[in-house]
Amino acid sequence: MSSLLEIESLRVQFPGEEGPLVAVKGVDLAIEPGEVVGLVGESGSGKSLTCRAVMRMIPEPGTIDAGGIRFDGKDVLAMGKSELRDFRAHSVGMIYQNPFGSLNPVMRAGEQIAETLRVNRGLGRSAARTEAVALLDRVGIEDPERRYRAYPHELSGGMCQRVMIAIATASSPRLMLADEPTTALDVTTQAQILKLLAQMSAEQGMTMLLVSHDFGVVAQACDRVAVMYGGHVVEAGPVETIYHEPEHPYTRALLNSVPELDSAGNVRRRAALSGHPPELSDVFPGCVFAPRCDHARPECETVSMKLADLGDGHSTACPVRPFAASGSGPANGAAKVERIEA
Amino acid sequence: MSEERCLLEVDSLVKEFGLRRGLAERITRTAVAPHRAVDDVSFQLDRGEILGIAGGSGSGKTTLARCLIRLIEPDGGRVLVDGVDIGEHSGKELREMRRRLQMVFQDPYTSLNPRMTVGAALHEAGKVHHRPGSEDEDAFVSRLLELVQLSDRFASRKPGELSGGQRQRVSIARALAVDPELIIADEAVSALDVSVQAQLLNLFLDLREELGVAVLFISHQLAVIAEVADWIAVMRHGRIVETGSTQEVFAHPKDEYTQALLRAHPHPDPRMRFAAN
Repeated sequence: MSSLLEIESLRVQFPGEEGPLVAVKGVDLAIEPGEVVGLVGESGSGKSLTCRAVMRMIPEPGTIDAGGIRFDGKDVLAMGKSELRDFRAHSVGMIYQNPFGSLNPVMRAGEQIAETLRVNRGLGRSAARTEAVALLDRVGIEDPERRYRAYPHELSGGMCQRVMIAIATASSPRLMLADEPTTALDVTTQAQILKLLAQMSAEQGMTMLLVSHDFGVVAQACDRVAVMYGGHVVEAGPVETIYHEPEHPYTRALLNSVPELDSAGNVRRRAALSGHPPELSDVFPGCVFAPRCDHARPECETVSMKLADLGDGHSTACPVRPFAASGSGPANGAAKVERIEA
Repeated sequence: MSEERCLLEVDSLVKEFGLRRGLAERITRTAVAPHRAVDDVSFQLDRGEILGIAGGSGSGKTTLARCLIRLIEPDGGRVLVDGVDIGEHSGKELREMRRRLQMVFQDPYTSLNPRMTVGAALHEAGKVHHRPGSEDEDAFVSRLLELVQLSDRFASRKPGELSGGQRQRVSIARALAVDPELIIADEAVSALDVSVQAQLLNLFLDLREELGVAVLFISHQLAVIAEVADWIAVMRHGRIVETGSTQEVFAHPKDEYTQALLRAHPHPDPRMRFAAN
């Protein structure tokens, strides 16, 4: 295997009053060169932390306490200070949810790109300026000469995110980490940014890890997807397989919850999951999803949450596999109405 | 109270926000045209129906909602509840109107008093408006919690102990405490995870069925509106650019902006990727 990125049994934890709180509980993920992989899950599932761990940018006081991250064969967790700096500068680029918060408000947008080019690629002032204008043009900003001189507050959210993408790709990184890159944007702008990212991966063979809470966003941009829940990857596979033949009950429930345009004029209740996602402090002996799962059996209390291979790159952490025989898409049943217990 | 079908009628509603004049304008005394956040908006909503208001950020959805209950004063047009213009009311009568139109906000973390128990917050709302049954706090709170499918034990909890979805249920229960005829849900499910969002959408459908309450459902997500609304109005730059039954508008969108919004919807089926890919 020549994966560009290999994450193995990654654990991320935060100190808590009653012992450590484990937010990422043993994630395995491999990304091949040129692939766009989606990491989808609800809040608190550990998807953003997994993404940040790749750059070793876990917010304090969190730590990566076990597992391995290898980029192009190099052990990221063993890197020293200067090696890590070099790795962050040249090998990976990152874009975040809030483009306004990620740009320097008192520096012209173009100069922020040029700065990256001067520092990371050692370009001279005028060469960096020319290259920055070219980058602005490449990320689809009209009139790049004029926009070069604009301050972030003079740009729309979509344009700021384009500037962020320009900065992240300035040193031609081999891997792009995109953490909810379109969540703060309007749907029409979101579609444009997703198209831009898809175009960059198609034209330049850019490898990308795209984190999103929205399966729709992942379906639009990704080749493969890993579904996270409660700090674990519960299912992974080609995006078509995951959408049409989800094997894990959580994936099925998640897809069932996604609102769809086709529902117009056909108002019906969805078979929504009961309960709410686990808290960081919750400890589960076996499957993290078992308490909310309609198909839970006694043995679910003891499963390891390791992914089992189903062939064709599809894998699931569910040993019960209640849908294995049916093979049909997401099922819709009548929702049970129960009162939620405190 | 009359039992006509039409509950809410909005007629040519306008809200303008003045722009600050710059130095040059002040010296030359030129007027700056105000920004029309809500521009000549008219629609009707019948009892027990759900109307979705869609549109991008800055389209005037929230300003419209706030004008309806006069949280901000509209600059023109009328809002009629059961044929009575709420703009002509003040004091006691306005309070009674506001009781009938309740609002649920987007952020369940800031719209509840963190120091009040859930039970106290629900009871206070009923007491202030002298709702029948509010003398017996326990029974009153219990009935409301049951409506939003929460167990009685939540009555003694404070908002800090609840998840986002639970808080939003409490916000809805507080709106229901005063027996409203219309709930204005301003991006009420937008901050929630999809699995919790689906639960809340079901709840709105249940409430409409059980209580016959009408809902004005504001969302930037067309798909969310498709899930619950009978009717839809699409807003852009303060104007309603298209309106009709959700079925008709989604199947045959006539306005360019509606079409663009529908095209931009990220469909979860990978076979339905954007045309450009």
